[in-house]
Amino acid sequence: MSSPDRFPYLTGARPLPAFSRMLRLTRPSREDAIAFVILGGLSVVFFHAAQGTVAPLSTLQLAPVTLDPWDLPYYALRTVMRMFAALFASTVFTLVVATLAARSRRAGQLIVPALDILQSVPILGFLTFTVTAFMGLFPGSVLGVECASIFAIFTSQAWNMAFSFYQSLRSIPSDLEEATMIYRLSPIRRFLKLDLPFGTPALVWNAMMSMSGGWFFVVASEAMTVGNTKVTLPGIGSYLDLAIAHQNFHAVAWAVGTMGLVIVAYDQLFFRPIVAWADRFRFEMTASAERPHSWVFDILRKTRLLPVVLSPLGAIGRMLLAFEPRAGSRRIAPDRTARPAFEWAWKVVVGIAVLVALVLTARYAMRYLTWHDALVAVAYASFTMIRVLVLIALASCIWVPIGVWIGLRPAWAERLQPLAQFLAAFPANVLFPFVVIALVRWNLTPDIWLSPLMILGTQWYILFNVIAGASAIPTDLREAADMFHVSGWQWWRQVAIPGIFPYYITGALTASGGSWNASIVAELVTWGNHRLVAHGLGSYIAEATSAGDYARVALGVGVMSVFVLGFNRLLWRPLYAYGERRMRLT
Amino acid sequence: MATAATAAKPLLVEVKGLRHFYSGQDHLVLDDVNLELTHGEIVGLLGRSGSGKSTLLRSIAGLIRPSEGISRLVPAPDVPDPSVAMVFQTFALFPWLTVLENVELGLEAQKVPTALARKRALAAIDLIGLDGFENAYPKELSGGMRQRVGLARALVVDPSLLLMDEPFSALDVLTAETLRTDLLDLWAEGKVPIKSILIVTHNIEEAVLMCDRILVFSSNPGRVSSEIKVDLPQPRDRLEPAFRALVDDIYARMTARTEITAPMRDGQTQATSIAMVLPRVSTNTLAGLIEEVDGTPFDGRASMSELADSLQLEADELFPMAELLQLLRFAELRGAELVLTPAARNYAQGDVDQRKALFAQALMAHVPLVQHIRRVLDERASHEAPARRFRDELEDYMSEDYAEETLRNVTLWGRYAEIFSYDEEADRFSLEDEHS
Repeated sequence: MSSPDRFPYLTGARPLPAFSRMLRLTRPSREDAIAFVILGGLSVVFFHAAQGTVAPLSTLQLAPVTLDPWDLPYYALRTVMRMFAALFASTVFTLVVATLAARSRRAGQLIVPALDILQSVPILGFLTFTVTAFMGLFPGSVLGVECASIFAIFTSQAWNMAFSFYQSLRSIPSDLEEATMIYRLSPIRRFLKLDLPFGTPALVWNAMMSMSGGWFFVVASEAMTVGNTKVTLPGIGSYLDLAIAHQNFHAVAWAVGTMGLVIVAYDQLFFRPIVAWADRFRFEMTASAERPHSWVFDILRKTRLLPVVLSPLGAIGRMLLAFEPRAGSRRIAPDRTARPAFEWAWKVVVGIAVLVALVLTARYAMRYLTWHDALVAVAYASFTMIRVLVLIALASCIWVPIGVWIGLRPAWAERLQPLAQFLAAFPANVLFPFVVIALVRWNLTPDIWLSPLMILGTQWYILFNVIAGASAIPTDLREAADMFHVSGWQWWRQVAIPGIFPYYITGALTASGGSWNASIVAELVTWGNHRLVAHGLGSYIAEATSAGDYARVALGVGVMSVFVLGFNRLLWRPLYAYGERRMRLT
Repeated sequence: MATAATAAKPLLVEVKGLRHFYSGQDHLVLDDVNLELTHGEIVGLLGRSGSGKSTLLRSIAGLIRPSEGISRLVPAPDVPDPSVAMVFQTFALFPWLTVLENVELGLEAQKVPTALARKRALAAIDLIGLDGFENAYPKELSGGMRQRVGLARALVVDPSLLLMDEPFSALDVLTAETLRTDLLDLWAEGKVPIKSILIVTHNIEEAVLMCDRILVFSSNPGRVSSEIKVDLPQPRDRLEPAFRALVDDIYARMTARTEITAPMRDGQTQATSIAMVLPRVSTNTLAGLIEEVDGTPFDGRASMSELADSLQLEADELFPMAELLQLLRFAELRGAELVLTPAARNYAQGDVDQRKALFAQALMAHVPLVQHIRRVLDERASHEAPARRFRDELEDYMSEDYAEETLRNVTLWGRYAEIFSYDEEADRFSLEDEHS
């Protein structure tokens, strides 16, 4: 057997000498000390928090969440660990499922539409079902509830990460694929050498965006109602929940502040270094002018700790390669699944599965639901739809001009782009109490004034996409417009709007999907004993959830999925296609 | 076909009765191709883009399965287990791997022990002249150096057959020349254990410079139209009369066959049908070419190879233009010489409106698809017709993409000649804007 193959991620920029250089005795530098302290501290903290997750369920009652600000760091830690556990699960899911979908035509036919639909399903509605399921898996342990919470975050990240990775794999240049075939790389080796590096930059970016979305759910999923009992996991979300129940304004402020700090910290300590590292996998043959920077990454590189940090990846790669068959096959294997008989059998199997699913759903629905229920759900969905449409329109009127203004000024764009991303990452539900206080004080109609909460967290997608679009308008076009004194409405009509259109649509699509999802927490809010409800599908699902009415939760979730899908298919996609066709600048 | 001298050498590649259709469609890419490669020869596949030569290369490489026929590597006593390696037009290097790692790729996949793989890779890098760049990433290298990496990666696995897919066409002229010479030197000095090289190119001079044998492909469908043995001694000199004569001869062979008369199923010939294969050339290019040939020094007649030199065009780019000129009866081909007709000389002298009128006349007279669209528009009371309808008609004869491209091309010509107008948003043809 040959010695283990070298793995590209194991080593740094200069693979040959890196390992020996690592072992060479050098005088410890200041960076060495900093890195050592950071890594050591992280592991201590990690083990402390991990102990809490395997404790028996009764500890949740023995040590309930308190409003003591000194407990907040620990709560934040538990929340962050949930986030990263979910991110890890999403990444594994992505690598397996998306690769399967891209490699096997047959698997792709099932996986791709499934991912597309799952992206539109309001995850919060499912919490009720998953908690019960996971608590059954780990009876009597906190782990079950933890898993349910993690699963809720996972579902908010996994689908679009998988989708993005799938799309990366589909866009691998054919010459590289041919090279892997000519040089007979086994599927595992091909995955490690080609698929994984090629998809990494997009995957990292998408994970970052999904992480932002995940915050929203972590806050909502830490305090869960299971039937008649309420389970509360230690975390920022449950702290906030308690603060709201006690109408403790200071505690809410503490939570919001902690949340801000945590978001900045994981961005700086985790995502920035990864983005800087992943830059090497960008598929381009010219050295890029601007490389992403990260001080943490620089420290890791300077201290030669990078190989140590990356070595687990290398080990996993070598483990995978151990399963590699002895020698690659000479010629490409014919696609056996392309035979007509196979095709036919496949169609029959899928057809039967669809039929069975239809019958089961119909039987369940007929037992628990009436046509009247469906009608009510659709009516409520229409209320929410009107809210979403009006809010997207309002947010566009505000943010498009501002975004264009910023985008055309590179100095401002550079400073404000990260801010917009931070705002998008910030879980808006943390801010709900402030709005509720205002509503209660001035006695405002919830049906109207609760609506803005839906778009509070998602409007930023419009802003930073418009900024990106405006800064991508070619200078020569802007100069030409200046030259001919194009200004006012004509300038908007002929320069700015066509320039940002595809970007704006992407932003509006994301914002609209997010708003539907957010309606579940935004249409029903509480502040102590005050309970404000706006009529809509979100509050319908939220009320059914707290009543433990599974049938109506399922109905609501189903109707919302249909609405979101319909929105995407009938409104956003045609608009996007139109923009691609008519307004592409290049 | 094979002479006594080559017949004595053992066979390396055997291709018999190869036919290939584009997946699922009835578009024939390769038709009845037979090819034999023996040890010790460099063979060139020369043809237009779309003549299926890359497809042939890929079926020999085992990357695609031909729809019919066989293509196999033939074992010989000294090569019991023949293997292939390939050099790509686009280099196909992995940007996240260093030069060394890229070269080691094939060795690692073959499970060559790490130390040995390292040794062999370094030797290949040394051989190809990339010493000192082992740890560089591809993006740090120039195009020529990148292709050297591609070459080292191919040589290091000791292939019996080296396949090259337009290996020098992405490089500038000087770099390409150096690489060609270096490769020929390695080959002549026997420093590489390669038994044979198969090179795809559309550069006629490159083929004559490198190959012992050249197979000229015709397009639609791809067939071997002629085989040329090159007996000139190496190293060859481009300026030598025998070299020039051979180049001109190949130009003549490649332009000779322009009338495509494959019988259609309803007995029509393609020449009178809307399914006629139309060269994709823009009206501006056409005007430029006519002006060039009309002006000094050509004065209405130019040899194809001189024209290619003077316009700095690859033969591959020039052929479709010449073909369109012939189709519109703006030029005739006499041997390898392009001769403008009186109509074309009038065109060269005319102003914008006269040019448009001449072009419109030629289109209406010689391009059945344009006639067809115009007739339909004339017959309809609304003088409008959806483009979809014509695309569907074309799809009876050709693949979907090809039909789309053909119609797009004809739309451009028709709009320029003001034979009809077209609304992209509605995807409709009409006559309304004719007054302009």
